Amino acid sequence: MTETTTSLYEQLGGEAAVNAAVDIFYRKVLSDHRINRFFDNTDIEKQAAKQKSFLTMAFGGPNNYNGADMRQAHAHLVKKLGLDDSHFDAVMEHLTSTLVELSVPQNLIDQVAAIAESTRNDVLNR
Amino acid sequence: MSMRKITLDNHEVVCQSGETVLDALLREHLDIPHACREGACQSCMMRNLSGPPPSAAQNGLKDVLRHQNHFLACLCHPHEDMVISLTPPADFFTEASVTGKQLLNAETLLLTLHCEEALDYYAGQFVNLRRADGLTRSYSIANNRIHSHKLSFHIRRLAGGRFSEWAHRELNIGDTLQVSDPQGLCYYLPNQAEQNMLLIGTGSGLAPLAGIISEALHHGHGGDIHLFHGSREVDGLYWIDEMRQLARQYPNFHYTPCVSKGDAPAGFAAGRANDVAISRLPNLKGWRVYLCGHPDMVNQTKRQTYLHGAQLQDIYSDAFHVASSTLD
Repeated sequence: MTETTTSLYEQLGGEAAVNAAVDIFYRKVLSDHRINRFFDNTDIEKQAAKQKSFLTMAFGGPNNYNGADMRQAHAHLVKKLGLDDSHFDAVMEHLTSTLVELSVPQNLIDQVAAIAESTRNDVLNR
Repeated sequence: MSMRKITLDNHEVVCQSGETVLDALLREHLDIPHACREGACQSCMMRNLSGPPPSAAQNGLKDVLRHQNHFLACLCHPHEDMVISLTPPADFFTEASVTGKQLLNAETLLLTLHCEEALDYYAGQFVNLRRADGLTRSYSIANNRIHSHKLSFHIRRLAGGRFSEWAHRELNIGDTLQVSDPQGLCYYLPNQAEQNMLLIGTGSGLAPLAGIISEALHHGHGGDIHLFHGSREVDGLYWIDEMRQLARQYPNFHYTPCVSKGDAPAGFAAGRANDVAISRLPNLKGWRVYLCGHPDMVNQTKRQTYLHGAQLQDIYSDAFHVASSTLD
């Protein structure tokens, strides 16, 4: 239905690629002591579903990205737990290394990183 | 044209060719939870009451959800008319009488009921038990599904617990209770006979795990089955001899009783059941995991087992189950 606008998503391999990436990416995030405290009170199944939505969006796939929701979801982490650029950077690092592990070409990694980067101000409530 | 009728409660909606069930329902201004519309967030999950839904609409769902005809409305292009439900069906109750009461340890009662009607349940599911005055509590079924009229439960006496205190003190052999239809998704399906299984329970969280183990062994499950049952002290455990006997009988069944307080006596592991399990089985890639006990233990262990390689769709738990008042 929307072939013309999903080229990045298709080049990456669509939903199957997102599934492979979510699994690697989320394990990296939860294992990283710099950032895993932000996930201490989350249900990991629900969180994994959110990670999948986020990666689908970053992969250029079908999404309903909503900046206001993103702000609201992270507001208490910014206020109470000091979520800042260093933590966002750590997540970006895991996203990139996940794609490297999956042998995604660098030019596609750059495009995914740029989309993910565009959420930074929403996530950090700026 | 392939127009299909979708029935949801008292609404009838026609799903046009090319539309998903979610599209059709939203077009008619029905208030359906949804978000990503691409099968990721699973917030539009529903159940088809008229049989199996199109398999493409079950993409990414756990096998037990698929088995119960759940599907994602945003992925569903119906092949035929569908009667669907957003909420679990209202509880249907059947009458049962108490046939046995036996203490498993100082605080846990083995309650056995005989149901008037045969119940179609899966080992590991729970039912709601309802007293004559309406007081209702959920308990896991502790036996396998061989006996469709007989159900057993492990009822831990909670200080101030109205139902459990009553069941321990006042409920007598021959008394009747109402039993709901079986519910819950933490159960055994004999579809992966070679998959290794890890089961971790604390306190009376052993109940559904014991049912699952007995069901799996009954089906000739070929993979390894490891049970870790924990409590603070030895006297908080039960069925120790029975589980050891089972382990002697079935070479692929392994049982580790765990005590988290102080030194463990010979034959027991020291530490919380989840920590002992992870330290002994650090690579859970491809394993199926069943968890039952205190919600904090269950949540923590979901994460631990995931980070040690288990896939999220292979981790089963019933989070409501407050089987023990502590994390041990």
